[in-house]
Formats: sequence, C-alpha cells, structure tokens
Amino acid sequence: MRVLRNLIVAVLMTVVTTALFGFGYPLVVTGLAQWLFPAQANGSLIVRDGRLIGSRLLGQPFSADRYFHPRPSAAGPAGYDPTASGGTNLGPTSKALIDAVRARVAAARSDNPGTPVPVDLVTSSGSGLDPDLSPAAALFQVPRVARARGAGPAAVRQLVEAHIEGRQLGFLGEPRVNVLELNLALDAQFPVRH
Amino acid sequence: MTANGWLQIALYLALIAAITPLTGRFMTRVFNRERTWLDPVLRPVERLIYRSTGVDEAHEMRWTEYAMAMLLFSVVSMLLLYAIERLQYWLPWNPQHLPGVPPELAFNTAASFTTNTNWQAYAGETTMSYLTQMAGLAYHNFASAAVGIVLAIAFIRGIAQKEKDALGNFWVDLVRCLLWVLLPLCLVFSLVLVSQGVVQNLRPYDTATLVDPQTVTTTGQAGTTQTQVVRSQVIAQGPVASQEAIKELGTNGGGFFNANSAHPFENPTPLSNYLEMLAIFALASGLTWTLGDMTGSRGHGWAVWAAMAFLFLAGVTTAYWAEAQGNPLLTAAGADQHVTALCPGGNMEGKEVRFGIADSALFATVTTDASCGAVNSLHDSYTPIGGLVPLVNIMLGEVIFGGVGAGMYGMLVFIVLAVFIAGLMVGRTPEYLGKKIEAYDVKMAMLYVLIFPLVILTLAAVSVLFPFGTSSLGNAGPHGLSEILYAFSSGTGNNGSAFAGLNANTPWYDLSIGLATLVGRFLMIVPMLAIAGSLGRKKRVPPSSGTFPVTTPLFATLLVGVVVIVGALTFFPALSLGPVVEHLLMLKGQVF
Amino acid sequence: MAHHVQSRSIWDPHILGAAAREALRKLHPRTMAHNPVMFVVEIGSLLTTLALVRDAAVGRPGLGFEIQITGWLWLTVLFANFAEAMAEGRGKAQADTLRKTRTETVAALLLPDGRTETVPAAQLRKDDLVLVKAGEFIPADGEIVEGVASVDESAITGESAPVIRESGGDRSAVTGGTRVLSDWIRVRVTSDPGHTFLDRMIALVEGAERQKTPNEIALNILLAGLTIVFLLAVVTLEPFAIYSGAPQPIFVMVALLVCLIPTTIGGLLSAIGIAGMDRLVQRNVLAMSGRAVEAAGDVQTLLLDKTGTITLGNRQASEFVPLSGVTERQLADAAQISSLADETPEGRSIVVLAKEKYGIRGRELADQHAVFVPFTAQTRMSGVDLAGREIRKGAPDAIRRYVESAGGTVPAELQTIVEGIARSGGTPLLVAEGGRALGVVHLKDIVKGGIRERFAQLRAMGIRTVMITGDNPLTAASIAREAGVDDFLAEATPEDKMRLIKREQSDGKLVAMTGDGTNDAPALAQADVGVAMNSGTQAAKEAGNMVDLDSTPTKLIDIVEIGKQLLMTRGALTTFSIANDVAKYFAIIPAMFAGAFPVLMALNVMGLKTPESAILSAVIFNALIIVALVPLALRGVEYRAMSAAGLLRRNLLIYGAGGIVAPFIGIKLIDVVITALHLA
Repeated sequence: MRVLRNLIVAVLMTVVTTALFGFGYPLVVTGLAQWLFPAQANGSLIVRDGRLIGSRLLGQPFSADRYFHPRPSAAGPAGYDPTASGGTNLGPTSKALIDAVRARVAAARSDNPGTPVPVDLVTSSGSGLDPDLSPAAALFQVPRVARARGAGPAAVRQLVEAHIEGRQLGFLGEPRVNVLELNLALDAQFPVRH
Repeated sequence: MTANGWLQIALYLALIAAITPLTGRFMTRVFNRERTWLDPVLRPVERLIYRSTGVDEAHEMRWTEYAMAMLLFSVVSMLLLYAIERLQYWLPWNPQHLPGVPPELAFNTAASFTTNTNWQAYAGETTMSYLTQMAGLAYHNFASAAVGIVLAIAFIRGIAQKEKDALGNFWVDLVRCLLWVLLPLCLVFSLVLVSQGVVQNLRPYDTATLVDPQTVTTTGQAGTTQTQVVRSQVIAQGPVASQEAIKELGTNGGGFFNANSAHPFENPTPLSNYLEMLAIFALASGLTWTLGDMTGSRGHGWAVWAAMAFLFLAGVTTAYWAEAQGNPLLTAAGADQHVTALCPGGNMEGKEVRFGIADSALFATVTTDASCGAVNSLHDSYTPIGGLVPLVNIMLGEVIFGGVGAGMYGMLVFIVLAVFIAGLMVGRTPEYLGKKIEAYDVKMAMLYVLIFPLVILTLAAVSVLFPFGTSSLGNAGPHGLSEILYAFSSGTGNNGSAFAGLNANTPWYDLSIGLATLVGRFLMIVPMLAIAGSLGRKKRVPPSSGTFPVTTPLFATLLVGVVVIVGALTFFPALSLGPVVEHLLMLKGQVF
Repeated sequence: MAHHVQSRSIWDPHILGAAAREALRKLHPRTMAHNPVMFVVEIGSLLTTLALVRDAAVGRPGLGFEIQITGWLWLTVLFANFAEAMAEGRGKAQADTLRKTRTETVAALLLPDGRTETVPAAQLRKDDLVLVKAGEFIPADGEIVEGVASVDESAITGESAPVIRESGGDRSAVTGGTRVLSDWIRVRVTSDPGHTFLDRMIALVEGAERQKTPNEIALNILLAGLTIVFLLAVVTLEPFAIYSGAPQPIFVMVALLVCLIPTTIGGLLSAIGIAGMDRLVQRNVLAMSGRAVEAAGDVQTLLLDKTGTITLGNRQASEFVPLSGVTERQLADAAQISSLADETPEGRSIVVLAKEKYGIRGRELADQHAVFVPFTAQTRMSGVDLAGREIRKGAPDAIRRYVESAGGTVPAELQTIVEGIARSGGTPLLVAEGGRALGVVHLKDIVKGGIRERFAQLRAMGIRTVMITGDNPLTAASIAREAGVDDFLAEATPEDKMRLIKREQSDGKLVAMTGDGTNDAPALAQADVGVAMNSGTQAAKEAGNMVDLDSTPTKLIDIVEIGKQLLMTRGALTTFSIANDVAKYFAIIPAMFAGAFPVLMALNVMGLKTPESAILSAVIFNALIIVALVPLALRGVEYRAMSAAGLLRRNLLIYGAGGIVAPFIGIKLIDVVITALHLA
C-alpha cells in the first residue's frame, strides 16, 4: 500500500518546504529589502527633530481646526490606529452609516457653507488608515484652516495645490493629497504661535 | 465613470492577455519537465529535495494515488499550521508577545489557509506572530497555490493523454511548481512591492508621536463615559512584502493586516495596486494557455480565456457602474458623489482615495473572479449591485480565471457539462478534445457542481434561522442576508474575501466556515480528479466536421451560458432577497 | 424496394385513449421512481394534496388557488406519463399488427426416420427440421437445408413481391410467420420459441426490452443533479424567506420547485427514446438495442458496398467502340441483334443505346429462324444464330477464344481498347460475328442519381465514406471519383474489410457497415453499427445489431440520421427546459415576495396581474409545455446535414434563445386568460 509511503513523504515534504518557503524565502527577501530599499522596508517613517512622528503612508488623526482633517476612520476609538486597521463595514442601506454621513456633512457645511461636500471627506476608508484626501476634500477645508491660522486662504490654497499628487505614471489611481505631509508643511509654513 | 477609469480597466485586460502566453508557456515547460533557463540553479535543489524526502521522480500515479498524496500533504501541513498557531507564544519571532490562537479560530485559519481560501476571522496585526505569518500562513500561501496548480495540470494531462492510467507524480509536480513557478516570481515581485513602500522587516512595532493629540470620549459598557487623550500611534510592522507577493500570485488573499490590501503597508500606491491585480490573474490566466499547449489546441485555450475574459468584463463593468453611480442615500444625506477632476466621487465608503472608484471596483472584481479574496476596499460597503458582483463572481464557482489551478479545473468541469449539452445538440455522443464524455464523467461533474451550492445554501439557511447566526450580523435587513450568503460563498468557493461586517470569529462561524472551506476544496477535488483519471484512460477520437469545435466564439458563448445559467438558477432566489431587494429598497430611500 | 413508411398520425384516437389510461397506471411510485425528475413532481403533488386536505379540514376559506395549483401539479405528472404512454402506444400498435401474423401455425416436423409429424409451431426447438410446402406458413426462423421456394415476406417487410429463398448461399434464411408461395423447402429451425425474429421484433417495438442507452443514462444523471440543485435552492429559500419576514406556504414552494426542475425534458425523455426506435421501425429497420441507434449517430466512417448502394448494381452500355474497318453502326447493329432476346439489364441497355444513338429499332426475329444462345457459366458469352449469321458477345477472353476457334485472329488494336475501357472503370463486352471481332461495347457502372450529393452531406456531417468493391483498383478508383466517396477498398475480401474496420476503430472512430453474406458476419459483428440485410443469411443477421427489412443498403445513411436526431432531440429539449427557468423566476419570485417587499414587483417584467395568477400561470405553462412538445419529441427535431458548429448554432438559437423567450410569452398569455376567466 502506498498510503504509508506517501504519508512519510508528506511529513518530510512539509518539513523541507516549510524550511525553504516559510523561513528561507522571507528571510532572503527581508535581507534584500533591507539592503536595497531600507526606508520603504521599514515603513517610510517620518522623523522630525529625532522624534518619530509617523509614516508617510499611514494617515494620522487630526481634529484641530488649524489642521486639515483626514477622512473619518473606523480604526480604533481615535481613528487611524494601525493595530486596528479596518473600516466600518456598514452597508449602503445602513441607518448608522447614513446618519453618520448626515452629521459629518452638517459639520463640514458649517466650516464651508455653500460648497458641495466631497464624498470622501464624509465617508471612512477601508483601511481606516487612508493617508490621503481627494484634492477637492482638501481644498474644501482651506477656509477653516486659513481662518484658524490667521493665514490668507489663497496662500493656504496654494500650499494644498502644491501637495496634490497626480495619478501615478499619469494614469494610475486618483489625484490625492497626503494629509500628514500637508499638515507638516502647514506647520512649517504657517506656524501657529502658542 | 471616467475615461481614465476605463483606460485602466482596458489596459489591465490587455496586459493580462499579454502575460498569458508567457506564464502559460513557462508552466507547460516546467510540468512537461523540459529544460528552462532556471535549471542550473533549481535542478540541484530539486534533486536534493527528492533525496531528502524519498520521492521517486520516475514514479507515475493513478488519479487515486495522486488524490491521496495531495490529501496527505494537505492534512499534514494543516496540522503543522494549527500547531504553530496554538504554540506561537512560546515560539520565536513574536516581538509583540501575542498569545496562542484560540482553538476554533486556529482551526478556522488552518483550514482556510490550507484550502487557499485565506478567510480571516482574525486581525493579523493583533493575533498572529511574525513566525506564524511567515512559516505558517505565508508558507501555506505557497503550498496551497502549488497544490491548486498541479491539480489543474493533472486534469489537463488527463485530457491530453491517450489511454494512459497515470496522471503524473504529485510530489514532483508540487516541488517543480514551488521552485520554478512560484519562487522566482515571488522574489522579484516582493522586492518591487518593497520599492513602492510595502514593509519587510522583523522589528517590533514602532511608536510615533501624534502631531495633533486626540481627546477621545468613549462610552463604556455601563454607560459611563471615559475621556482619554491619545498621543501616539503604534505602527504595526512585519515581513509583509514577502507574504504580499505570494498572496496575490497564489490567489490566496490572506492579508498580513486586518485591512488587507486596503492597508497602505500592503498596498501603498496605485502602481503597487495595479501590479497586485495583475499578479492575481497572471498564473490563472496563463493556465488557459497551458491547457491549449498541452492538449495541442491553442485555439481552445484562447476560447476558454475569452469566456473568462467576457465574464470578467461583465462583472467589472457592472461594479464600476454601480459604484461610480454612488449611493442615492448618501446624496440625500448631503454628500457630493459627482466625479470631478479633483474628486473621485461615487460611493467612497470603505474605499481608499489613492485607488478611487475604478481601481476599487476593478480590484473587487478581480479578487472575486479569481478566488483570491484580497481586498483593497470593503465589499460590505459597496452599493447593493456593486456588492452583488463579487458575490455572484464567487457563486459562479470561482471559474472566471479563478484561483490558481482551482479556476482552471473548475472551468474544465463546466466545460465537460457544456460539451455534454452541445454534443447532444449536434447529435453525437459528446466528446471533449476527442475524449468521449460518458455517464461516469457527467456523474462526477454533477457531483462537483452540486457540492458547492449544497454547502453554501445549507449553512446559510441554518445561519439565518438561529441566533448564533444572526447575532453576528453587522447590518440589518436584506444586507444581513447578503453578509451571511457572502461568508459561506467565500468559504466554500475558497475565496476568502468577506462582507466583513459579519463577526465571523464566533464558534459557529469559525467551525462552519472552516468546514465549508475544507469541503469546498477537497470534496470537490476528488470528483474532479476522478474525471481526469477517467478521461486519461480514454481513446482520443480524431476530430471531424461532425465534432463540435471547442475553439470558436460559439463555444466560448456556450461556456459562458452554462456557467451563468447554472450559477444564476441556483442562487437567484436567495439573491433576490439579498442584494436585489436591497437595491430596490435603496432606490426607494429605505434604511435599516 | 418498397419504401413503406407507415405514417401513423400522432393524434391517432385509439392510441390517445390507451395512453390516457396508461398515464394513470404509471402514477404508481415504483414506476415513477425510474424517472427522478417526475418522481419529485409526484411527491410535490402529494405534499400539496395533503396540505389541501388539511386546509379543507380546518375549514380555511378560499382554497381556489390551492386547489388549482394542486390540480395542475398532478396534471404535470400525468402529462409526462401520457407522453411516454403515447410513444409506447405507437409501438404497441405496430406490435399488434405483427402479432396478428403470428397466427397459430402448425408445423410438419421431420422425424429422424423420415416421417413427418404435425406439431404446434410453439413446440419447435432449435435444430428441429420441418417441411414447409406451398401455401403454408413457415413455423419458425430457420435456415433452408434443402429446396428452393418463393416466399411472401410482406408480413415482416411490407414488401409485397415474393422473394426467392434457397438452400446454400446467402439466401437461405427464412423468417417465422412468412408464407411459402410455391415449391417446398426443408428448414432447420434456428431459434427456440419466444426467441424468434418476430418475437424479438414485437418486443422491440413495444419497448418491453427497452434499456436506457449510455447517453440517456448520462443525461438522466445530469437531470437528477439539476433537480437536486433546484431542490436545494427552493428548500433553503424558506429560511431566507423567514429571515426576510415573508415565509411561504407549501403550495408556492412546491410550485416554484416544479417549475424549476427540468420537467419538460424529464417528462419527455423516455418518449424521445421510444420514438427514436419507432422511427427506425417505420423505415423498416430493426435495431437490436438502443445503444446501436445511438452509436449510429456517432459513426465517423461508413463502409458501403458499391453494388446496390453506390451504383445501380447493373452495368449499362454507354458506347460502341468498333475496330478499324467496322463502322459504329455495324457494331451497334450486331450488338443489338444479339441482345434482343437477352433479358439481362446489360442486354436491355445495349438495345436502348442502339436505339438512342443510331435509331436501330427492335425487329421481329422469329421469322428469321433466329436461335438464341443463352449465357452459360461455361461459355461466358451469349448471342444469336440466324440466317447465315452467328453473333456472339461476351467477356474479352471468351470471345477471343471463340474467334480463334473459328479460325479468325484478334487484332492487337482490340487489346488496347479493352484495356482503355477497363482503366476508365468500365467493363468491356466484345462483339464478334462469325470469326471476326467487330468491336467492343463499353459497359459502365452507373452511379445512382443523387448519391454524390448524399456523400457531400455526409462529409459535412463529418462522416467519411469508404466504398467496398470486388472490382480492380482502377475500376474502383474511377467509380469512387464519380460517386464522390472519400476512399475505396478494391478487390476487397472479408479479411480486408475486417482489417479496415479494426484500423478505423483503433483511431477511435466508430464504423458502420452493411452486409448480407455469411462471410460478412465477422465484420458485421466487429463494426459498431452492423446493418444486416433481411435478405441475407441468418449468420449475418445474428452478427449485426440492426436488420434492414427492405434490404436497401442506402438505409445506413437514414440510420445515421435517426441516431443523430435522437440525441439532438434530447439535447434540444434539455436546453429548452433549462432556458425556460429564467422566465419562471421572473414570474414566481416577485409574486412570492410582493407582500413583504412590494418593490420586488419591479421584477414582474411580464406585468402579471396578481401574485396568484403569476404563480398559477407559471405552473400551467410548465404543465402544458410538456403536451405541446409531445409531437416534437415523437417526431424528433429537424435534422439538417451541416457541420456540428452550424447545427449547434441553429439549435442554440431555436431551443436556447427560444427557450428563454417562449415562456415569457406563454406565461403572459395564460395569465391573461385565467384572469379573464376569474380563476385567479
């Protein structure tokens, strides 16, 4: 009977291939990645004044008026918790979702009445860590941020426009603004005196 | 919908068409044991593996032994994964000191990764140690993908060969698939992903100081409110890129993080996103070429490809349309879903800005056409019709390119049925590439077709009737039914994506979905291999003009028809109470 | 060759009545279980009946809808049974006709001591010897061991002209139930009572021995599988409906199930099979098994005997070729005179040609003291002697001998002409007068009209034709070219035939052939479809799996078509049946859930009046379509000689697309009618 024979092979094969593909392969990739792309391999981290303040790729919560707010986040109670990535998973006919959006729209409108509220500004992302806003959603917040910083809206607007990332390779994805980078630039360019 | 969106979709399909002969031809060479340019490096490794595991390279297996070897390998490796999960606390590479995984969840995860499903009832960043991720989960991504591919190859051999009992040697096919096909592609692909920003390290999680500390008020269970100031952000790390590469190439879909390919560390840029989508179809699509190559009918390979491509296009068009159209309830709530140059518009709930609507809808279609299950947006938050597309894609049997190998052999079963009907309609005993389709083959094909809805519908029916099923729902009304249908379709179809509002980490769902993944994989493989064995033993009748040609658009149309009709007729009643009625209610403005 | 197709009207009232009674008898669960699809319908009908009784017992008001649903469900089962009974009934009617010929005959049994004893035919055993005299019925199947007789076989073949049966050779088989018209024969019985040809024939047309054919079994599995899938879909729909707050009564669930499962093909499947056999019988072909009929549809190579199938079987004069010094007219004149009394087809054709070409009219030779010299196997020539003239015609070597014995010489030129004719596929017939050779009559094998087109059709169907002939390769090639066959086997011996069949089969091809001689028997047995001529030997009939009662070799082509038609009818109705489900969903699903979700009426694309009328219309359509398709099932879908791709496209369009559209129209119409009648 070949059952026993194949069982032995199965056990040995599991051991050998686990060694090769469960250990060898990821370790080799780790080595190569750390050698070739150390910054990316370690999380595209942003360090300011010797302090780690986040990752370029991960969104961060901002709620003060002087900052551009990212999209709503369902990751963790404060949002943007990378140890609790995820979205609301609310369906299209969910009362909870529609009510939340209605409330966010109302809040946004009080910041910038009369302008249509871009949908990404009032809906949460799938990861809860979306680092980006659509240009429209960033520009929507210009009046509030400018007001809070006592800066000219045109200047702030210019800063936003300078931070718009076009489509990758000209056609991939959507134009976007990295909120963390935008807010860091904001702090640099229009510092708030405490 | 934008011209740019359509351009991305059209280019995607064009690139897949271009990749198909490349991966397909290579796989033919590998499995025919012909020389490739990688031989100088890999041949010695291969021989070493055979020597150390006691594999006789020259031995050929009948379908029964092939199936037995496959099952034994799956059982043993599944047990190992279960053990690693349970014991991870005491094992190395656990910088966060995560505890052992509870038994039901460990079973569910072991079953799901062994079956190439990668259903995730857990959040990776808070449940699995680096060791479990690498040696347990990512390893199974390789193993289960290779198993799927070699099974498809065995089936193709059955069609191609004449009056031969054996289908090849499972161990040899497995090793060659791992070494030649998966390893080189993953090495290159993972480094490309790192270049885009996917992390690859073994360091502990980093802690960043928030620029704008947040004051959070949470309501406790007793109704007490608690205010707390959040000043830092813990940045989860890990060997992500190496797992990400095989996750897409092997159509596994199990994310390192809970948010899967929506997570910026798994899928940081539109380019990484595009490459991941290409990787999902790369091998499954290539197998259509391999089918044509090995059976000596390239035209047939392309006809099958065309049928798959058509179903893919139908799905992506519908999903893209529905999501770009947006949710009228959001409009009513005051959100502006118009597409402008500065805003993607559409239903952005659960989607990332960098991907927008087109790349999200495309990813959702691709990942469910293939039984990948990686997600870059939350299917649960799609509009009813937008969410219907991934659900239907899975319900059609995961044959639109499908999981690596699994899609091919699933489609081959449908081809057997299509050819049977077609054969009758042209007045001949049905034959497929010269192999007569007889009662035994039809019986096995029907068994294969039957198991799928049996598992999905029965388990879903039980779940909607009892509190242990309905208490997990994240959404009420018809959407709740969709969540449950999706969960069991995804498990049985070995997809792994979810309408993730459903809390699947309960004893009932852990066990039932774990079981569904096992049945949906192994119970369906057995009749499939039985057909392969039966076809392999048959004579090959030379084709004549009385033979219905399997290389024509007509054949592709028929195949599409059979796949759609079988799937639609089986699931339409259930779907009518889920997404269909939800769509109609949404238009009427009803919420739940 | 009497083509005696007994066209029986489909709606023969006698058969209809019997079928209706039989339909009821078939409701027995043991009978129903043979057909899983209809069995499910019967169980469903039982369930609704029980529910109806329960509802009536508790006095629930307004049971009109429930009663109608239940009634139509039972009708669905009955209609399916009726279709099967009708197909069987047609066979039975045929069998009855045959049975009438099996009158109680007595036999003159020859005892070992030479005496005869009169015994009932039913007592005859294999290897008994019987004596049959003019006017008597042949009591059993057998082989003539002595004597020659003309036999009336019309009871079996429908052919009224008597045939000659004689001992030895290929015409020695006689069939029980046929009548000796002249002379007497001594017959060795070859079958036990109950196993005679007539018995088998009756059993076959009655469908008593009907076994499911391989493709039918496969299709049955497919249908059973689909039935289970739909059973699942419907049974699990109830929990989903409960979740959605819209639980459904059992009437509606059963109605949905019955509409979805493939009842149309399920109800007609056995009728199609029986009707296929019946169609063969109507063409005077007896298939020994349904398997053979199916195999006929798969045939890829046809072996056809040249004589009788491809050519008319008789050579005809086509040209007079005189030697130098002889005019054509002289030659024609001599040939004509020598043939005037020659009643062979060749002889007649010479007279005809002479008249057509040279206007040489028939003359009265009696007053010229003409003496005809008939053809004998020894001289191998025939001719006429009259006042001073001695004219002979015959095979080249015979005439050459004749001329030389008369002191004449044969010019070398003659040899050239003879070879030229032979090379072109013709047969040279030399004519000589006295000691002088006059020339040659070119006899040609005449290819049957229309046969070329027939072969072209076969080629389009993917069937290769191979001509089998005893002719030399030259002749064979020329005829093959003219007839348009794909290949030929010249100077064929039985062993050659066998080898050819085996070679084709080893390539995976199915081979069909016809044969009549005892030496054909091995090849007939080897071929996948072996059609024995009824005029042939008992051995040939035993070896083949079909018997052609008319003994027309072209019948093979008809048989192939019937085999294909049989499969096509099954495939087409399966497709139709499944395609129908689309419309039924659109009728029933919105109706089921309109109460809980009025928005679902958006799916009511047919605009059916009420939920009740919608469900009822779907059920009624589902039942009536079975009856409506009975004629198609019995007749078979139209077969056209075209490529498989063309056929598929055509059938997919008619039965696939048509199957989707037809019920939308049908259900809507029924809805209009029943609403007008206030039935729902």
